[in-house]
Amino acid sequence: MSGAEIEIRALAKRWGETTAVDGISFTAEAGRFTVLLGPSGCGKSTTLRLIAGLEEASGGQVLIDGQDVTRAPPDKRQIAMVFQSYALFPHLNVAENILFGLKVRKVPAAERAQRLERVAALLGLSQLLERKPSQLSGGQQQRVALGRAIIAEKPICLMDEPLSNLDAKLRHEMRIELRALQRQLGLTMVYVTHDQAEALSMADRIVVMNQGRIEQTAEPKALYDRPATAFTARFIGTPPMNLMRLERAADGWRVAGAGGPALFDAAPADAPAGADGLLMGLRPEDVDLAAPDAPGQPALVDSIEYLGADNLVECRLGAERLVARVAHRRAVAKGETIRLAWPAAAEHLFDPGSGRRLDARRPADPAPRTARPTVDGAPQDGLSPRKTAKEHESHDDA
Amino acid sequence: MPRRIEWVYGWLLLTPALFLLFAFTHVPAVKTVVDSFFSTARGARPSTFVGLDNYRLLMEDPVFWQVFSNNVWYALITIPVSIALAIVMALWVDGKLTGRGFVRMAYFAPTVLPLIAVANIWMFFYTPGFGLIDQIRSLFGGAQVNWLGDPDLVLGAVIVVAIWKEAGFFMIFYLAALQSIPPSLREAAAIEGASRWTFFRRVTFPLLMPTTLFVSINAVINSVRLVDHIFVMTEGGPDNHSSLLLFYIYETAFKFWDTAYAATLTVVVLAILSVLAIGQFYLVDKKVHYR
Repeated sequence: MSGAEIEIRALAKRWGETTAVDGISFTAEAGRFTVLLGPSGCGKSTTLRLIAGLEEASGGQVLIDGQDVTRAPPDKRQIAMVFQSYALFPHLNVAENILFGLKVRKVPAAERAQRLERVAALLGLSQLLERKPSQLSGGQQQRVALGRAIIAEKPICLMDEPLSNLDAKLRHEMRIELRALQRQLGLTMVYVTHDQAEALSMADRIVVMNQGRIEQTAEPKALYDRPATAFTARFIGTPPMNLMRLERAADGWRVAGAGGPALFDAAPADAPAGADGLLMGLRPEDVDLAAPDAPGQPALVDSIEYLGADNLVECRLGAERLVARVAHRRAVAKGETIRLAWPAAAEHLFDPGSGRRLDARRPADPAPRTARPTVDGAPQDGLSPRKTAKEHESHDDA
Repeated sequence: MPRRIEWVYGWLLLTPALFLLFAFTHVPAVKTVVDSFFSTARGARPSTFVGLDNYRLLMEDPVFWQVFSNNVWYALITIPVSIALAIVMALWVDGKLTGRGFVRMAYFAPTVLPLIAVANIWMFFYTPGFGLIDQIRSLFGGAQVNWLGDPDLVLGAVIVVAIWKEAGFFMIFYLAALQSIPPSLREAAAIEGASRWTFFRRVTFPLLMPTTLFVSINAVINSVRLVDHIFVMTEGGPDNHSSLLLFYIYETAFKFWDTAYAATLTVVVLAILSVLAIGQFYLVDKKVHYR
């Protein structure tokens, strides 16, 4: 079996006044692992159920291998599905559960036995075939549900938060196993989760959803490095990205209410005209203490979360809060005022109104700071905080 | 508090309940068994020990055998039909259906009504000539039928009332069981392409088995226990054609005042019921999947 492509065109689902899925479009490529990621209630499960045909679309189209299946029943869509609750038939044993679909489709007994043997061996279920679901652990039940999905030999496998009922260790193992299985079988996988770690580690492509819309579709690395919206920025990463309001001051832009040197002089060219506020995102791991002789942003330490190798230092920078991931060996005390610095390339700017990423100031490939376009043509100096971070790194290494 | 007084307190607290239980349940039960080995006291003749004479009499009593066979037919038809109807109604009102609250209530209404009242309503339905059934039949040119007066029809007529009364009650249990089946099972089956009938046969019905066992034991007991409508509608007539075991016991004990023979009948009926319930439980229980 090999995968089939799924194309979603302006798909919508409404229940009365509520809109669960609001005209979304994306493509899950054949043989690739696509993850629908978002907070609960964002419409990701509904999207999956629309693809499966368990819900009827209010608008738009679902195409599988180029064929419009928007109105087709679930069994005519070449899909298999694993449910969050596994949906195993409690009165049937493992073998009967796995074979349910083949029996429904009247596959000859000899072939059934052969396929069962193969799937059971693949998933390590051979010893458990006579057991009832209630006699299995969560991980084993998960495998049975998986077995029922792959024995059908459909090109597409849909998964609705399949790992959320497992404990942390098992979840990690199953992640690796699922990914390997998907590769081995060449399945087109569409996988729904609210767990960004799961998404980042498994996906070829992630579709981030929020309030029924797609925020961004990208590969995991691109999603982490260049979030397209403030929502994605905040949603991806643990701890989440800091988002701070910036305001325009006489000498340039600075964090709202903060002292210290200005961050930059001009708003990005693609910011709304005349905007006097921006959102700046900074990943905690990009923020560090400024070197003693270098300028930095003064911040008051509020609390420290000890994580071992490094600490999460929560501080107040002007009117905003910010978490910095600081190496453990650097002593920081609660109530202390520290100076923070970060590389310019680590700054993500967003339009505070729409949440859209503002990129004009810094092209896709982070260029040296001298290339920064400015409105007033002022000399490109004084943006030391970003320089200091680099300096201070070399300083540390010494 | 010393241990001994605690013990006395315990028994004092239990006494009211124990007294009532013994006075109205345990003693009469034992007394019934004992009485079945004695003759009935009549006027100056006191009751004497007669051994198994009452049981011998029962074996030779043609009315008992007729009533017994009535009850067997009554049970054989009432139980499966009311269970099947209950399942069908439960499946129907479990689905998406406009006004399903009303339909559920309508199905359950016969259970809420007292059987005596229900029987009176059905009396009107069955009245020859101007009863509801005959009026409808007359529209199609049907002749008058004396539903409750014809020995061949009367048992069927009371069976219909019993089914009407029972099906709605059993439906409630099936409805509760259906609602505890996770909807994802149906979806999983839909993805495999299972038809509604396949899903019912392979998944829903097996998952309803615990309910079916419970309901069928209740139905067996009810087929002996519920005789109120016989009192109102037929009094067992004509010629005992609609008499059931419990009604016959009542007649024997409180109309003919043959209490010893009534005690014998009671013991036999209880024995039959116990065997049925135990048999049902052991036989079916192995095939039932409990969640």
